[in-house]
Amino acid sequence: MSNFFTENQDIQFQFNRIDLEKITRIREKDYTEAEKYPFAPRDYEDAKDNFRRILEVVGDIAGNFVAERAREVDELGSTFEDGKVTYARGLEEALERLNQAGLMGFILERKYGGLNLPISLYIFGIEMVSRGDASLMNLFGLQDISETIENYASDEIKEEFLPKFSSGEVTGAMVLTEPDAGSDLQAVKTRAYQDENGNWFLSGVKRFITNGNADVCLVLARSEEGTRDGRGLSLFVCYGDDTVQIRRIEHKLGIKGSPTCEMQFHDTPAKLIGSRKRGLIAYVMSLMNGARLGVAAQALGIAQAAYVEARRYASEREQFGKPILNFPAVAEMLIRMKVDLESSRTLIYDTAHAVDMHKISEMEMQRLQEAGESISDIREESKQWKAMADFLTPLSKFVISEKANRICYDAIQIHGGTGYMQEFNVERHFRDVRITNIYEGTSQLQVIAAIGGVIKGVADGIFDANEAREYRHEARQLANKLAKIRSLMNKCKDYVLEKDDKAYQELHSAELVEMYGSIYVGYILLDEAAEDSRKMLIAKKYIMDALATALHHTESITRGFDTLFADVEQILTRE
Amino acid sequence: MSLHSIVLVKQVPDTSNISGDVMRPDGTVNRARLPAIFNPEDQEALELALRLKDEHGGTVTALTMGPPNAANMLRDCLYMGADRAILVSDRRFAAADTLATSYALHKAILHIGDYDLIFGGRQAIDGDTAQVGPQTAEKMNIPQITYTQEILNLDLKKRTIRARRAIKNGHEILEAPLPVLLTVIKGSAEPRPFEVRRLCTYKRAQSKFEIEATVDDSHDLVWMEELMERAKTQNLYIETWNIEDIDADVEMCGLAGSPTKVHKVENVVLSGSEFKQVPATAEGMNEMITELMQDHIFG
Repeated sequence: MSNFFTENQDIQFQFNRIDLEKITRIREKDYTEAEKYPFAPRDYEDAKDNFRRILEVVGDIAGNFVAERAREVDELGSTFEDGKVTYARGLEEALERLNQAGLMGFILERKYGGLNLPISLYIFGIEMVSRGDASLMNLFGLQDISETIENYASDEIKEEFLPKFSSGEVTGAMVLTEPDAGSDLQAVKTRAYQDENGNWFLSGVKRFITNGNADVCLVLARSEEGTRDGRGLSLFVCYGDDTVQIRRIEHKLGIKGSPTCEMQFHDTPAKLIGSRKRGLIAYVMSLMNGARLGVAAQALGIAQAAYVEARRYASEREQFGKPILNFPAVAEMLIRMKVDLESSRTLIYDTAHAVDMHKISEMEMQRLQEAGESISDIREESKQWKAMADFLTPLSKFVISEKANRICYDAIQIHGGTGYMQEFNVERHFRDVRITNIYEGTSQLQVIAAIGGVIKGVADGIFDANEAREYRHEARQLANKLAKIRSLMNKCKDYVLEKDDKAYQELHSAELVEMYGSIYVGYILLDEAAEDSRKMLIAKKYIMDALATALHHTESITRGFDTLFADVEQILTRE
Repeated sequence: MSLHSIVLVKQVPDTSNISGDVMRPDGTVNRARLPAIFNPEDQEALELALRLKDEHGGTVTALTMGPPNAANMLRDCLYMGADRAILVSDRRFAAADTLATSYALHKAILHIGDYDLIFGGRQAIDGDTAQVGPQTAEKMNIPQITYTQEILNLDLKKRTIRARRAIKNGHEILEAPLPVLLTVIKGSAEPRPFEVRRLCTYKRAQSKFEIEATVDDSHDLVWMEELMERAKTQNLYIETWNIEDIDADVEMCGLAGSPTKVHKVENVVLSGSEFKQVPATAEGMNEMITELMQDHIFG
């Protein structure tokens, strides 16, 4: 029995640290919301108190209710019979519990029954829920769907659907993928067409749809006949009624509680979200960014669960007359896990903050526009936050999901043979985490999304400012190491750019993104170390390892074997 | 008529954490040494009342007699869904045994007025007497269903309730006319979580004592009245009643009204007795069953 919020000191540290003052003031419309809603905060202190209380409720449900059911949910999974999907009982109960606590309208505005919380808070919530049960996150974390409706749909659609999401009356599904359109969503074939009265209908097959049995579906479909690319796609909302047939559900490696459906639309009545042709290029891109951050939080939550198991086991398990924690190889694994976890948390909450800042800058822009005031300053600010969020989101998803996989892998290693058995939770965490660097865009695609920010130097200003700062003692040495990583990174970047070979650039983007990201995270860790001396140890391990990795990458990029010149056929010719 | 349930709740010391100096030499509990929690069976009683409200509508009133800080538990009741919270608190109620407690609660219920159902936990974890519920029912002169496990049916037209109650070796189903008092046992209804909108609203709910504590000497009585009025109009007032408010006889309250005296406290260590291995054969089983029947353990 534990509360995943109050009893996790690192989450507490990040929660106390995160600055949501401006974000909250703008979201609360200068705290005038409090005049209309008794549960709205009256000032920032009041808001932060609400945030803490709400996360305590989430932490309690995740730790004391959800986690207790997770193993059984994994064993039973979701089932499919006679065209109907049934959740595992524990998952159903957990959803009901979240509903009772009123947590399904996390980020929606209060006028639609929501809690109007910053995205940062939602990420804390997702991390904790995922630690309890990774597969529940796929339902709890689908709130981005209602956010997309809130952001882009007409008032009529918002009023029809959003209160139902907030009250937990409906769940949603994000219906994008098709058999021939996975990473490449431009290839979507599902057809959207209108009758003579202008009503829209959908027809086609979708695959790998999380919670495809949902009451409300957000569907990407081809509205422009004869087109073949992303510009012919629009976004629609429809009910999961009788015209939506679930054909089967997948049998998966992990997150078995979350049903993954193949579905067919038979002339399903639908409503257009926003404008035609903007479906993929505008709305889904924004939806995906939200979902990516959610998946990063999911990965982090699973990794936290695996770490806690491994940490406990290493203290309890004795071999050769002492706890295995006392063997340097085991201790090193745990230290690396812990440093990966804490640095991931640093990155994700910084990312969430940037996403929130971008969101409020857009809200401000709209407000000023409506008031007929100048928006030139805020537009510039908004552009900068957007660039930051667009870089940090795929970086988070890439870095955190990969690290989480390694953490779960090592958690089994620490358990030895017992960890391979189903009686121990690490086996489940290892299976659950595996999807996180695949869905909502593979790691390889996250790198492609993030590399632009590296080439443009989106955080260069921050690095320059930090290099000009006076760090003291240990922090100074570490800051010097970060500057060293930066010069190595620049050397690699220049080398790659000078080569003027797109394939080579693509091939080495991952290393560039990793190095650039580690400088970014490294500086924040130094700030954290100034607030909490224990964090200096985390910063030290993180930065020194990052430098070693950067040296490795530099050698590999500038002097390594360039496989682009190798004969692929010849290398891969033997089985 | 809409359903009105009153739930008797108690804030108790968390006896799952008893350590060294918590017990006084006279055998009473030094409450100050233990964290205060919502008595678990009372919380389940509240949950049952809220479920009936979910199904039939109506209102739920949480009522406690206790020290001023019992307002914390009453806020928990509001977070879960109670519509109204009442704190009966007065120094003269202190050291009440079950007789004096049920007397005070019955006077408070009379002061509340109309009701259909009274719920309470079977017993509080600090006293384990299981007497307050039954005594309150007797004083109200209404039927009672103790050890309730489940509400099977509430018929508001016929004004009857049917419930399953635990008895030794099983259960029985009872039906009673309203109004009725039910005491609830652990495991009957897992309490719901706090609803976060209610949490952010009612964290501001205050008792008279708490409002008083915010007022210093620089303010006058009128200011205090104003604060009370404001809390009431915003529905953020935890009604706070003293002996006079509920029209109780001082002689029947607190220590004066409590004939119970603690005679002696013993430490009882429960230990397992001898164990016997039963061979896994039909004969062995027969023997065991015969023996259990002779001992009246079952049969």
